[in-house]
Amino acid sequence: MENLIALLIAAPLLGAGLLLCGGRRLDRVGHILGTLLAAASFVIGVVLFADMLGRSGDDRALHQHLFSWIPVESFQADIAFQLDQLSMTFVLLITGVGTLIHIYSIGYMEHDERRRRFFGYLNLFLAAMLLLVLADNYLLLYFGWEGVGLASYLLIGFWQHKPSAATAAKKAFLVNRVGDMGLSIAIMLMFTTFGTFAFGPVLESTGQASSGTITGIGLMLLLAACGKSAQVPLQSWLGDAMEGPTPVSALIHAATMVTAGVYLITRSGAIFNASPDAQLVVVIVGAVTLLFGAIVGCAKDDIKKALAGSTMSQIGYMILAAGLGPIGYVFAIMHLVTHGFFKAGLFLGAGSVMHGMNDEVDMRKYGGLRKYMPVTFVTFGLGYLAIIGFPGLSGFWSKDKIIEAAFAKGGTEGWILGAVTLLGAALTAYYMTRVMLMTFFGEKRWQPDAEGNEPKPHESPKSMTIPMIVLAFGSVFAGGLFSLNESFVKWLEPVTQFEHGHPPISAAAVTTLTVVVLLIGVGVAYLQYGRKPVPVTAPRGSLVTRAARRDLLQDDFNHVVLVRGGEHLTRSLVYVDHTLVDGVVNGTAASFGGLSGRLRKLQNGYARSYAVSMFGGTAVLIAATLLMRAV
Amino acid sequence: MSVTAVHSLWTTTAAEGIDKIQAPKIEYAQLAPVLIVLGAAVVGILLEAFVPRKGRYYAQLFLSVVALAAAFAAVVALAAGGYGSTKAHLAAMGAIAVDGPALFLQGVILLTSVVAVFTFAERRLDPVSHGARIDSFAAEGASVPGSEGEKAAVKAGFTTTEVFPIMMFAVAGMLVFPAANDLLTLFIALEVFSLPLYLLCALARRKRLMSQEAAVKYFLLGAFSSAFLLFGVALLYGYAGSVSYARIAAVVDGSVGTVDPVLADTMGNDALLLIGGAMILMGLLFKVGAVPFHMWTPDVYQGAPTPVTGFMAAATKVAAFGALLRLLYVVLPGLRWDFRPVMFGVAILTMLFGAVVAITQTDIKRLLAYSSIAHAGFILAGVIAMSDDGISSVLFYLAAYSFVTVGAFAVVTLVRDAGGEATHLSKWAGLGRRSPLVAAVFAVFLLAFAGIPLTSGFSGKFAVFKAAADGGAGALVVVGVISSAIAAFFYIRVIVLMFFSEPKADGPTVAVPSPLTMATIGVGVAVTLVLGLAPQYFLDLASQAGVFVR
Repeated sequence: MENLIALLIAAPLLGAGLLLCGGRRLDRVGHILGTLLAAASFVIGVVLFADMLGRSGDDRALHQHLFSWIPVESFQADIAFQLDQLSMTFVLLITGVGTLIHIYSIGYMEHDERRRRFFGYLNLFLAAMLLLVLADNYLLLYFGWEGVGLASYLLIGFWQHKPSAATAAKKAFLVNRVGDMGLSIAIMLMFTTFGTFAFGPVLESTGQASSGTITGIGLMLLLAACGKSAQVPLQSWLGDAMEGPTPVSALIHAATMVTAGVYLITRSGAIFNASPDAQLVVVIVGAVTLLFGAIVGCAKDDIKKALAGSTMSQIGYMILAAGLGPIGYVFAIMHLVTHGFFKAGLFLGAGSVMHGMNDEVDMRKYGGLRKYMPVTFVTFGLGYLAIIGFPGLSGFWSKDKIIEAAFAKGGTEGWILGAVTLLGAALTAYYMTRVMLMTFFGEKRWQPDAEGNEPKPHESPKSMTIPMIVLAFGSVFAGGLFSLNESFVKWLEPVTQFEHGHPPISAAAVTTLTVVVLLIGVGVAYLQYGRKPVPVTAPRGSLVTRAARRDLLQDDFNHVVLVRGGEHLTRSLVYVDHTLVDGVVNGTAASFGGLSGRLRKLQNGYARSYAVSMFGGTAVLIAATLLMRAV
Repeated sequence: MSVTAVHSLWTTTAAEGIDKIQAPKIEYAQLAPVLIVLGAAVVGILLEAFVPRKGRYYAQLFLSVVALAAAFAAVVALAAGGYGSTKAHLAAMGAIAVDGPALFLQGVILLTSVVAVFTFAERRLDPVSHGARIDSFAAEGASVPGSEGEKAAVKAGFTTTEVFPIMMFAVAGMLVFPAANDLLTLFIALEVFSLPLYLLCALARRKRLMSQEAAVKYFLLGAFSSAFLLFGVALLYGYAGSVSYARIAAVVDGSVGTVDPVLADTMGNDALLLIGGAMILMGLLFKVGAVPFHMWTPDVYQGAPTPVTGFMAAATKVAAFGALLRLLYVVLPGLRWDFRPVMFGVAILTMLFGAVVAITQTDIKRLLAYSSIAHAGFILAGVIAMSDDGISSVLFYLAAYSFVTVGAFAVVTLVRDAGGEATHLSKWAGLGRRSPLVAAVFAVFLLAFAGIPLTSGFSGKFAVFKAAADGGAGALVVVGVISSAIAAFFYIRVIVLMFFSEPKADGPTVAVPSPLTMATIGVGVAVTLVLGLAPQYFLDLASQAGVFVR
């Protein structure tokens, strides 16, 4: 059975190879081929899942050693896989949602000339992401990590003819480099400390390393997670990444790749458990991002950017939960999965709306679309209810547990974290209600596009609506299913450990509070956007609103501190290079040149001078030899 | 005294015999490489006498190439027969060693000579004059430059085909030189290969006065250094009572106690040993071109016909370093602590001086001459290691260096203007634009000289520096690396000049050579790249060959 693991990756990898190297001959069947191979990978995943369920909890992990990759004495890097419950969860999410989005893209990208290439990139992404979650050592994980980064870069910049898309791709790549550097440093530290990269030995021997080293590794892993999962301070790329085609935003920048940071932290749980300092930083990053993303989401008029802010915020929840340790890991992953369903659904819904509205993204130019796009409206609506945590739907179950765990952290920290998560829940309810109202309710505010075409909103084709419907089912039922009998907790417990948190206030009170803040958020949004007509041009807004529209000045900050600082640094280095380094180099060269000029005069062409030189040389030779013997 | 008495004295002497002269035992098979080449040289002289002028060139070329190939085959056969390792021994009554280093270096000398013969035989570079194809050598060596006799010889289309047998004699001497196992053989081999070289240097077709001046300087200084060497031989004989390497080494070790009564006053006198050793060293250092005995090098390299320069620069160095290795490792190992500091100084001076002075050279042949001085310094670093790795690294370096050198000088013969070869560097500007292939090939050789990875120069330099560092000569390696950095400047400068300068309007043309020179250059490039990309096999070969028979 473990031999199937490699096939999971091989199927989409084959697709990527065929589609990217196959040339025009595959143009007509490329999308079908890509989708089928993604589906094949999903089927293999399901088979493995069924097999896994047949074994008891502690016996479920499978290992496959494919071959030795870089065997150099004590440096042993293997291509080897590990499929345990955590990886299994990701495999099903990646291949399942991935397949749906492949199907959706068939319709969405129908008129794009480069559709074959698009599917090739999607398959490449699936292969890399599966490699990331199936690797049994950090080095191979790093390989997958860079692979998804590459796929993300290629897909954000897929419409590279738009300068904004090309720039966004570059930005994502560069910001991610910072995080990747963290991961590579963490791996190097692991190797020097433990002498291996494999998960098992590293995670079992965390006790042997000094606490400083462990904290260092933890912080570097966190840096990596921040890059990939768009957490503060490396959050700035995610909003721009929405330049990519919408299915990409749904798959990579909502459901799967951006959650890789959560996977990394959960997978490395033993390291963080051993370092409370690192955990504290993780929690702070999660909490700050949670609010940061939510505030940005409240101010954006671009539907995809509003959703991107929301993604950032929801991943903030997950990171925060993962930072809580064994009381949070399970819920981080659970929220990750439910979020995968409803956020992918929301993005696909947004894509469907754009598809019907001449690719317009400004929500102020939507309005009243529920009549024209009933399926989109219902599926989007269910996703909306799920994300705000409407009782009974998926998001409710997972988010509520995170809020409980945050309170259960205990002490002042617990109260602060609890309050932040509650505030986040209110903000979520606010900005999502705002999106909902501006898009599907109110009057039509449609505007002709640049070429003067009036939008004619219509429902999207079946290939697009069916994936949305499937995801809507997940948005509604997944959370309840997972919570039934604590099934998800029991499923993951053997891998991630689990402790019941004990919040200072009762669970029922937490739930009540959550529902109350939820209603407040919805209510405020309704008052602002439901009761009054929405102006087509955005009002000037308060200082906070204006800052939030500029992503809370993240780019301004980066520009002033990093770009300007970098420019100053390089300029001063250039100055030093020109004056000091070049001075030394040119001075040395000049002095050798001068020496050379003087020495060549010895070569005067007279045989008698040469003979004298030889004679003198011999005399010195003899004298020195005798002297050596004398001393 | 009566007649009978006289008769009796006669007969008694004859009957009793003071000592019957024993016929020396000569292992002809093991000396075959030398004998084949010497035989070819003698036959070549006869060809000059008996073959009509028209056919001489082809006959000589054929004879030389066949003889060199046959001699190389003999070397390979000897090596395959185990004479390089298990069966290594001293042939010809102990005068000549047949062992790994000797066979390896003889192989290198023979292969280098084959490609050098090709450049000797090149006759397509100059246009046909007076109905005859002409090569790099004077029409008639004996005629005074600029005289009527010379003009007549040129008009008659004469060529000096004697260069082939002369070269064969030189090759034979070089084959013996690294194998010589007593001091007299060493000296004779030195003269056997030096005299033909002096002659060859004087035979340039163009710039004859310069060529003759070079030859005279080379001869004078060579004779001067030979005198030192010979004096050193005498002193060592006085010290050890023998010229045999083994015997001298034994006396140095103190394992021989019996004193020859005639030499009782001097034997075992260390002053003789040290002074004599230093003088012989000086003679060898002169041949390899080490500072301060290097001064002939630039003048001779520049003045000699370029094919001769290439041959001499490559093969002489191989032979002389072979002899130097044998002297230091077989005769004087007991004295390593006496000679090492001096050799240290010589190596450092040689590396730095060669690299520094090359910076300001404006003539490509002089530039390569100074480059060869710097390389002599690098090789000395390997010699000084005084370890098995030292021997094998020097062997490898010599093999790598000789092919690069012959190839580089072959390229120099191609770049010509109205006055023959255009050796002034300014003429080389923009060559890469006009003749990208030739410039690229030359660039490969320059990179190899500079020791850039993926060329044989890097493998060789790495090997000698590693051996030197392991042998405790770390300081030498530091100086070596600094010198390499300085040297890289002038090599790269030529590349920059060729590829990044505007070509001059009246610049030289690149002659299209015959397949002979192409073969020389092609072999040079191939060896450079093979030894750079996959040196392991040859390093192994060198390290298997790196054991001297004692």
